[in-house]
Amino acid sequence: MLSILRTLWNIFLHAFQRRETVQYPEEKPYLPPRHKGRIILTRDPDGGERCVACYLCAVACPVACISLQATEDETGRRYPEFFRINFSRCIFCGYCEEACPTYAIQLTPDFEMAEYHRQNLVYEKEDLLMSGPGKRPGYNFWRVSGVKIGGKDKGEAENEAPPVDLHSLLP
Amino acid sequence: MTKIFVDGKAYEVKADQSLLQACLSLGLNLPYFCWHPALGSVGACRQCAVKQFRDEKDTRGRLVMSCMTPAADGTRISIEDAEAAAFRKGIIEGLMLNHPHDCPVCDEGGECHLQDMTVMTGHDYRRTRFPKRTFHNQYLGPLINHEMNRCIQCYRCVRYYREYAGGHDFDAFSSRSQVYFGRYQDGVLENEFAGNLVEICPTGVFTDKTLKRHYTRKWDLQFGPSVCVHCGLGCNISAGERYGTLRRIVNRYNGEVNGYFLCDRGRFGYEFVNSAERLKQPLQRQDGKLQPISKARALEALAGLLADPKKVIGIGSPRASLEANYALRALVGADRFYTGLSASAARLTAVALEMLRRGPARTPSLGEIERADAVLILGEDVTNVAPRMALALRQSVRQQPMRKADQLKIPRWLDHPVRELAQDQKGPLYIATPAATRLDDVATETYRAAPDKIARLGYAVAHALDAGAPDVAGLSEAERSLAARIAEALKSAERPLVVSGPSLNSEAILQAAANVARALSAAGRAPSLSLTAPECNTLGVTMIGGGSLADAFQAVKSGSADTVIILENDLYRRASARAVDEFFSSARHIVLLDSVTTPTVQKAELVLPAATFAESDGTLVSSEGRAQRFFEVYPPVGEIQSSWRWLRDIMMAAGRREAAAWQDLDAVVASVSDGIPALAAVAQAAPSASFRLAGAKIPREPHRYSGRTAMLANINVSEPKPPEDSDSSLAFSMEGVFAQPPASLIPFFWSPGWNSIQSVNKFQEEIAGPLRGGDPGVRLLEPSAAEPRAYFTPASEPTSGSAGEWLLVPLYHIFGSEELSRLAPGIAELSPQPYVALNPEDANALGVQEETSVTLSLESVSRTLPVKLMPGLARGLAGLPAGILPIEGSGLPAWSRISRA
Ligand code: SF4
Ligand code: SF4
Ligand code: SF4
Ligand code: SF4
Ligand code: FES
Repeated sequence: MLSILRTLWNIFLHAFQRRETVQYPEEKPYLPPRHKGRIILTRDPDGGERCVACYLCAVACPVACISLQATEDETGRRYPEFFRINFSRCIFCGYCEEACPTYAIQLTPDFEMAEYHRQNLVYEKEDLLMSGPGKRPGYNFWRVSGVKIGGKDKGEAENEAPPVDLHSLLP
Repeated sequence: MTKIFVDGKAYEVKADQSLLQACLSLGLNLPYFCWHPALGSVGACRQCAVKQFRDEKDTRGRLVMSCMTPAADGTRISIEDAEAAAFRKGIIEGLMLNHPHDCPVCDEGGECHLQDMTVMTGHDYRRTRFPKRTFHNQYLGPLINHEMNRCIQCYRCVRYYREYAGGHDFDAFSSRSQVYFGRYQDGVLENEFAGNLVEICPTGVFTDKTLKRHYTRKWDLQFGPSVCVHCGLGCNISAGERYGTLRRIVNRYNGEVNGYFLCDRGRFGYEFVNSAERLKQPLQRQDGKLQPISKARALEALAGLLADPKKVIGIGSPRASLEANYALRALVGADRFYTGLSASAARLTAVALEMLRRGPARTPSLGEIERADAVLILGEDVTNVAPRMALALRQSVRQQPMRKADQLKIPRWLDHPVRELAQDQKGPLYIATPAATRLDDVATETYRAAPDKIARLGYAVAHALDAGAPDVAGLSEAERSLAARIAEALKSAERPLVVSGPSLNSEAILQAAANVARALSAAGRAPSLSLTAPECNTLGVTMIGGGSLADAFQAVKSGSADTVIILENDLYRRASARAVDEFFSSARHIVLLDSVTTPTVQKAELVLPAATFAESDGTLVSSEGRAQRFFEVYPPVGEIQSSWRWLRDIMMAAGRREAAAWQDLDAVVASVSDGIPALAAVAQAAPSASFRLAGAKIPREPHRYSGRTAMLANINVSEPKPPEDSDSSLAFSMEGVFAQPPASLIPFFWSPGWNSIQSVNKFQEEIAGPLRGGDPGVRLLEPSAAEPRAYFTPASEPTSGSAGEWLLVPLYHIFGSEELSRLAPGIAELSPQPYVALNPEDANALGVQEETSVTLSLESVSRTLPVKLMPGLARGLAGLPAGILPIEGSGLPAWSRISRA
């Protein structure tokens, strides 16, 4: 009897405690930038597409939901001809982001992607590519790589010596 | 066998190899760069260091290069020794000082020997902060890409290109840390085997440019173990597909056939599979135009055409599989099946086949050709007709000089001392052809003459070897003594080889070659006789048997047939346009099965889209007489299907119930081996479809294959079930066990820690030896023990034209002369334009120069062509590019007048 009354009293007291329920969607919780939500493709500081179509995210993906095809522009800069993520399969593990050598692919704190039709969860490059560098400002893979592309000849990357002159007789 | 100790464990290994080879043969992981099984050891990169101990008591030991140290009895080494491991890691760090930050955009990535070795040694962090050395790249042609920054100066490329493949236009330039590997200036790499640089180079300096245009990583390709269809040698290839198109070809090691190398036609010719010329739908001629129709309609129409089976003949093809040819033969009946070879090709192949069956000479594998120690080539421009054989012959000239190394007890794998010792010495190689060949630089002597005279030289050699062989009259003194020298060289060799073939359309040449082989046998030698075959299944279709194209023409002309079913064959490449047109106009119904659009398509009433090698399975018989199975790389799309399946469906539609048994490849293979005694062994070319590896099918895809749940999601988010493969024990899947499949079923080479093609080490019984379980393929031809046939008798005089006539001879081109590879853009770019070749002195006499237009009159047609001066061409001959110009009359050689246009 006593225990029943105590229980009732405790429940009554709860009515005056601070509420934990968040009024989602009117009220949105804070999610840190490292939260693993909707995946995006970013651009480098110069506005170029960051993804170099190396296929590393695709191979790292445990559910194999990323597929793409590499191609090159006329100057030799490689980029994905198409880039597709099937979000109905994605488990938001973030392995793709970890594998990406260019910081192109990033997971974001957005998780509001529910759809009535599963087919709508298939995102193409147009749906993934955003205009900025995301969480990683500053980095541009092509400034480091030794491959020549439009606007950057051999020897012009970071920490590169000018190309060897094969006809030089100097020792 | 000797006993060596590695990290305290005793192993029995084969004597006469280096420690590196011994360790790799044992399956141990030991990094290396400059060593290659086909190139031997030079000790340049220092990557393969191990600790060697004097005896059990020695604990300090010393570092040695395992590739330079023989696996002598009792050798004690340690791979794991801390000092050795630190040394190897340091070497990689040194090699990486200037390495660019390129892996993500490097086509080698994921199958890079440098990546593998870096991971193996544990070097994982860049400490240096000095600027990196850089280089400009070169344009090396449409097939190979150059990215020089990635070079680690292992020198493999230049050793392969210059010393192994005999190229001249590639070298190491500059000095010290700036050594550069390339050409002296931008330009197409001249060597026909340059494509192997892609596999020889352990880094991404040389990569496949055709792959780059539709780049896919190795781990994302679906592979099929296949056989090259671009000449008669049957090199084994591994073909890779992604998103429904063929992406590239790499070498599939076969110790007895292609070993580690392919030719560039075979490596880069694959793009015909993706070409716009592919036939994809059944077509029917309506109102004079070919219109797409459904499969059901096509079969219905066919059933109607076959109403009177007695009037139907079938024309097979030397570029279609045994199964497809056999199915056609079953459809039309053995006596109404024609091989599809031109009259002359059919006759020459039959003669060749009979020679190889009767003996005494045996047909050698490419591996045996490489080990031959004296060679006579009669009439063949090997580099352009059977390319990979030329690479083997180039190694054969080293056999005799290497004996000197044996005497001095220098092991053969110690590459540079052996080469230094030999200097410019070459073993005997005699080449008799109408024009200069790409092997002339290693030839002992060459002989340039018309086909008949080449045959006469052969007869003279046979006579010089065995006085019982018939002699020829009217040879010059020089020719006689040349014949005597050739005879002497062949006689004093241990493994003499005669190479010949049908290229010059001369039965006399084949007979002369057979006489030489027969005479060698009479002189107590065991000769080999290698006869080239122009197409991938020329020998196979001949073994099935049937009349030639001329006989088929006759059957229609005489009215005994009026409906023709043509299998994967463009008749305009085999007979003159006039003869083919006449044939087509006298036949009432023409049905064609083919994979690509050819001029023959334009004459057909009904066209069925056939699968290429990449989308079908089947068996091919190489010029060695080796039956080899090729397997589907990916399932055909839409209405395309294997020719044998089409033929089965046609039989079913025509109410021929017996075809119902042909549900899968094994059933057809069984019919072939039951139906054709000569082909009884073909079933053994590969395990049947019921074979399981540890209870599972063999995956065609690497276990890292990506994108399975996304690649088709744009079409439908629910993934389709993977296609079934009822024809083989391979699966269109990444699922399966990691174990070594039987040699003929290995789709690709990969092993943990060894992502590059060098992982083939893990699949061999011993380094550079056979694949475990024996090399793929089954030999169908062994000389019979019966008394060898009598010598052939030469014609009393060489043929001659009337005054003012030139003998036109065919000149072959590795790029351009073969039908299918010409459809690959890279190959097409390297194919020559039509020309007529003349010796400069002859041209002078005619008053014409390079590029002058001249008119040839051949039969009743005349043709105007630009002159090409060809210093190596015999006088009095005019050369025309084979397979590039339409055939006139009965083909070449032919006599013609030449005048200024
Ligand atoms: S890992 Fe990064 S750069 Fe590579 S394909 Fe994926 S997104 Fe592009
Ligand atoms: S050569 Fe190998 S290590 Fe070098 S960039 Fe290419 S993949 Fe990377
Ligand atoms: S180009 Fe390749 S094969 Fe040649 S030296 Fe450099 S790394 Fe070695
Ligand atoms: S030699 Fe012949 S079979 Fe071998 S790769 Fe070249 S074309 Fe193909
Ligand atoms: S592999 Fe032994 S030194 Fe290069």
